[in-house]
Amino acid sequence: MSFDAERPYRLNPKVALRPEPFGALAYHFGNRRLTFLKTARMVEVVRALEHHPSARAALRSLAVPEREWPQYERALAALAESEVIDGRE
Amino acid sequence: MAASERLVEHFKTGLSAPICLTWELTYACNLACVHCLSSSGRRDPRELDTDEAKRVIDELQAMQVFYVNVGGGEPTVRPDFFELLDYAVGHDVGVKFSTNGVRIDRAVAHRIAAMDYVDVQVSIDGVDAASNDHVRGAGSFATARRAMDNLAEAGFAGFKISVVMTRHNVDQLDALKALADDYRAQLRITRLRPSGRGADTWDELHPTQEQQRQIYFWLLDRPDVLTGDSFFHLSALGAPLPGLNLCGAGRVVCLIDPVGDVYACPFVLHDRFKAGNVREAGGFTRVWRESALFTELREPASAGACSSCGMYDACQGGCMAAKFFTGLPLDGPDPECVFGHGERALAGVGAEERPSPGPGHSRGPVFVELTRRHE
Repeated sequence: MSFDAERPYRLNPKVALRPEPFGALAYHFGNRRLTFLKTARMVEVVRALEHHPSARAALRSLAVPEREWPQYERALAALAESEVIDGRE
Repeated sequence: MAASERLVEHFKTGLSAPICLTWELTYACNLACVHCLSSSGRRDPRELDTDEAKRVIDELQAMQVFYVNVGGGEPTVRPDFFELLDYAVGHDVGVKFSTNGVRIDRAVAHRIAAMDYVDVQVSIDGVDAASNDHVRGAGSFATARRAMDNLAEAGFAGFKISVVMTRHNVDQLDALKALADDYRAQLRITRLRPSGRGADTWDELHPTQEQQRQIYFWLLDRPDVLTGDSFFHLSALGAPLPGLNLCGAGRVVCLIDPVGDVYACPFVLHDRFKAGNVREAGGFTRVWRESALFTELREPASAGACSSCGMYDACQGGCMAAKFFTGLPLDGPDPECVFGHGERALAGVGAEERPSPGPGHSRGPVFVELTRRHE
C-alpha cells in the first residue's frame, strides 16, 4: 500500500537506527539494506511516528513548518517503500 | 542531490562506526593464491582466541556495526568458525564470509542456508579450471564449484561468486555472469590490488588500459553486478559507477586482522596504515574513534599532482593502497589512472622505492609463474 500521510506509521521493528553526525544510518535486519536518514530532524520525525495518529500529526508535533511537509512526506514515502517504516494497525 | 553530496562529505570525515568492516579471522589457508592481499598460508600463533573474538563481536554490537565481511586466510578452517558465526548473528552482527569453499560440504551448506543474517561469497578467479587454478592453485576450481553446488542444492539462493579481475579473465565477464545466473547467485567482481603477494604479481596480472575500459562499460550496463565499490578509479571515464566513489579507508571502511591489528582498509596490511590493536585499552572502539592514523585519514585530502586534472572529482585520485604498494605518492594518480598519468609516474619509480611487504604468512616461497597461461 502506498504511503498516506494521514495514516499512522512506526519505525519497522526489524530496523535499527545508528546515530551519526549527519543524522542516522538505518539498517534493516530482514532485507539487509542500509538507508541514510540525512538530517537530525528526519531522525526525530521517524522516531516520533509511533506516538502520533498520523505521519502528519508527527510533523505537526515537531513544529515542522507546513511548507516543508511535502518534502518530508516524499522522504517518508521513500522510507516506507524501503520498509524502514511501516504502517500501524 | 545536495543532500547526497553532503552525505559524502560526512563519509569523508568519518562515521561513529564503520559501514564496511572486514575481519580476517585467520592467516591459515589451504591455498596460496598468487595475488593474496594478506599473504596468507600459516596460522599466526598470536591469533585472537575464541573469547577474544567474542569480545570484539560484543563491541561491534555495542557500536551498532550491523554486519561484517569475514575473510582470511580461509576463515572456515578455524575450529571455532561456526561458534563465532552463531555468536555474531545472535548479537545482531550479520556476517558475510568469503571462502574458497574447502569446508562447504553438503551438511555445512544446509546449516548455513538455515541461518538468517549469514551470506556467503565463494571466490574463483576464472570461469574454468585452467584460468582459475593458474592464479589460485591446482584443484581450487573444482573445490569452489563443489561448494557452489552444495549451496545451491541446500536452497541458498543469492550467494555471491567473487572474482578478482585480471588480464586473463576480463574476456570471461559474460561467462562468469552466466555461471552466477545458473546458480541463481550474484556475481561480484573486484579490483586486483598490488597488496600482499599481489605486489609480486600485479605487473603481470593487472588489466590493460583497454581491458579497464571493457570492465567499465560492462559494469555500466549491469548495475546488478556487485563491485564492493572497488572500481571507482574508472569513473573518470564518464558517468560514475554505482556506489560511493571514494576511498573509504579509515572513514567508513577498515580491517581487523587475525591478531587484532586494525588497518585502514583490507588492502593496506602495512605498518604505515596500522591504527592500533583491539587488545589495547579501549578496544576496537577507541582505535576507530581516536587513533592518530584514522584521524589523519579523515582530514581533507589534497589532490596533489591530480589537482590540474578535470576528472579528480570523479575518481578522487583512485586507490590509496594501489598507489602505496607501487611506490607512488598518495596525493598523485592511481597506477591504473585511465588517462595514463599513473603509468607515466610509475616509469620514474625504482624497485627500491616500493615499500616492503606487510606481515607475511606465506607457507614458504610462493612460486609465481610469470608466464602466460597456455590457452
